Amino acid sequence: MNTSANVRNSLQRIYAIVVKELRQLSRDRPTFGMIVMIPLIQLLLFGFAINTNVRNLPVALVDNSHSEIARTIVADLKATQVVRFIQNYAKSKEAVAALTRGDVRAALIIPKDIAQRLNDERPLAQWVVDGSDTMVGNAIFGLKNMPLSALNSQTMASSYNAQKSTFEMTIFYNPERRSAINIVPGLVAIILTMTMVLFTSAALVRERERGNLELLITTPVKPMELMIGKIVPYVFVGLIQMSIILGLGHLIFDVPISGRLDQLFLAALVFISASLTLGMLISTVAKTQLQAMQLTVFLLIPSILLSGFMFPYEGMPRLAQWIAEILPATHFIRLIRGIVLRAATLADLWPDLVWLISFTLIGLLVAAKRFKKRLD
Amino acid sequence: MTTIAIETQGLTHRFGNFTAVDNLNLSIPAKTIYGFLGPNGCGKSTSMRLITGLLTPSSGKIHVLGMDIPQQAEALRLRIGYMTQKFSLYEDLTVIENLHFVAQIYNLNPAISKRRINEQLAAYELNERSTRLAGSLSGGQRQRLALACATLHKPELLILDEPTSAVDPENRRDFWEKLFDLCDQGTTILVSTHYMDEAERCHGIAILESGVKRADGSPAQLMKDLGAQVVEIDGDNLRQLKLQLTGNSNVISAAQQGTHLRVLIKENIEQPQHWLLQEFANVMHGRNLTLVRPSLEDLFVHCTGEGRQ
Repeated sequence: MNTSANVRNSLQRIYAIVVKELRQLSRDRPTFGMIVMIPLIQLLLFGFAINTNVRNLPVALVDNSHSEIARTIVADLKATQVVRFIQNYAKSKEAVAALTRGDVRAALIIPKDIAQRLNDERPLAQWVVDGSDTMVGNAIFGLKNMPLSALNSQTMASSYNAQKSTFEMTIFYNPERRSAINIVPGLVAIILTMTMVLFTSAALVRERERGNLELLITTPVKPMELMIGKIVPYVFVGLIQMSIILGLGHLIFDVPISGRLDQLFLAALVFISASLTLGMLISTVAKTQLQAMQLTVFLLIPSILLSGFMFPYEGMPRLAQWIAEILPATHFIRLIRGIVLRAATLADLWPDLVWLISFTLIGLLVAAKRFKKRLD
Repeated sequence: MTTIAIETQGLTHRFGNFTAVDNLNLSIPAKTIYGFLGPNGCGKSTSMRLITGLLTPSSGKIHVLGMDIPQQAEALRLRIGYMTQKFSLYEDLTVIENLHFVAQIYNLNPAISKRRINEQLAAYELNERSTRLAGSLSGGQRQRLALACATLHKPELLILDEPTSAVDPENRRDFWEKLFDLCDQGTTILVSTHYMDEAERCHGIAILESGVKRADGSPAQLMKDLGAQVVEIDGDNLRQLKLQLTGNSNVISAAQQGTHLRVLIKENIEQPQHWLLQEFANVMHGRNLTLVRPSLEDLFVHCTGEGRQ
């Protein structure tokens, strides 16, 4: 009797709390929206975006032979849809430079003596592959033994096809094809996105919730001063985090740091500023810390999945690529992989650098504009 | 000749359909303490925010320290100190760190800042607690810190929004001592409150209700001009007596204070004690009726009783 009354009382109290929570939730419109939007949008986005079947990789062609056979090989490669020839170079040096810049993922170098090689049953041409992304490397590696359709009818072809390799493979930057080499620099971008955006997205909201903002807006402080003042300390936090990740990656996973450190820190500085600005923008939209947190997660998931960290950019559909282009993480991943793995310089990678700087400046202006020193 | 620190003409502010401040005319002389007295939601905070330029008025004019508000609100910020209703300093900074922060926001140069911070720590008895976190201070200490920060840059005008709502009576009295010190040094102070004793300390007050100014003047003058007479009645069954009295149209209000009932009677009744004895003969048996001096609370009730819902 007594026990059942206790249970009933307990259930009633639980019920009271459940009802209260639901009422509060239904009044927090943005949170309510997020409950539906997060799974819906993320699922649609990633259902289409996640595609490990890499296609249309941008590659360069250096044709030294200008022969019929070379044209046949190129046509066959195009037919596979694995690669897309976007650039012709006269010298292999130029193709390697394009590889360093990240313009192309591989270069096909066709030698002068291709006809002789066909006779000698040696590999016909050479692929120079950027091996830093193992998924990209593997896709091009799959072309190694590609049979040549146009040669089948010819008598020479039968004997040729018995032979193993069509192409000779040269892998740059990651000859052992270890995935850690590609993942560790990418991880810097993901971890920085997570911490930097979260730091600042909560920053203004916290001041508003605690009542500090009401005091600040009655002082002579200007919105832009407030924004910059809130960003600067976290820049150092971000640089420390990057040093830890890359340092440990170098010591434990043997990730080479091929590029110059000053270039690396400069790139990180720009990306950290962009991420902090993104957080600040969230801060001017969100009303509570919970909303700020949700918006951050909403941005973090595409940063992980679409930035090129997990899946090669080239494998994603056009829409996902557009979204990726908006995210600062995508540009930083290009920068850091270029500098760390391919010893590229910021001059090689200038479009991504310019994009991050523009994002920061415009973002700060918008955030300062949205933040009014008024209560109405 | 007295200069006017704050002047408003026809000041009105609407939030949607709700009129928070309705046609408010104020003229507050410099170097005085002026109080906004009124119940919660009467428009005290909104009026203060309009005067500091934090809100843009729907209509009307505001001049503060000779400047047009809200157009010159940024320039005004350097010359005013503002203390919010809620404690708005950083609870996770120490007393002295909060003071340093405010000094730098107001661009005090290092030498002046150091001197002012020491002065403020001494004046507001925070010396021994200078390295304590603001969040760990008591209500009274927090108010002193907030006032120390608000007056660090020596503002000409100090605006305090219910500064003592979370402070015990003794600390409240100390707090008001500080306000009089500041006023003596030439600061104009605008303060809002719903405490009668605080309102009575002001040089001038405005009684606000539902955004409308019901009375304006010095507390003494206002009490004198009350337009009602106050009779105290003792005896038993005061609750019941109150119900009977308030039914009469000549009785403005009746409020119990311990063992007696304080009754406000309209001015046009001559000899109110006599009138009460006659009008309510059946229940006045054996009771003492005394005519007393009106208090500010009587004034407040008289002014605000009508619009109550």
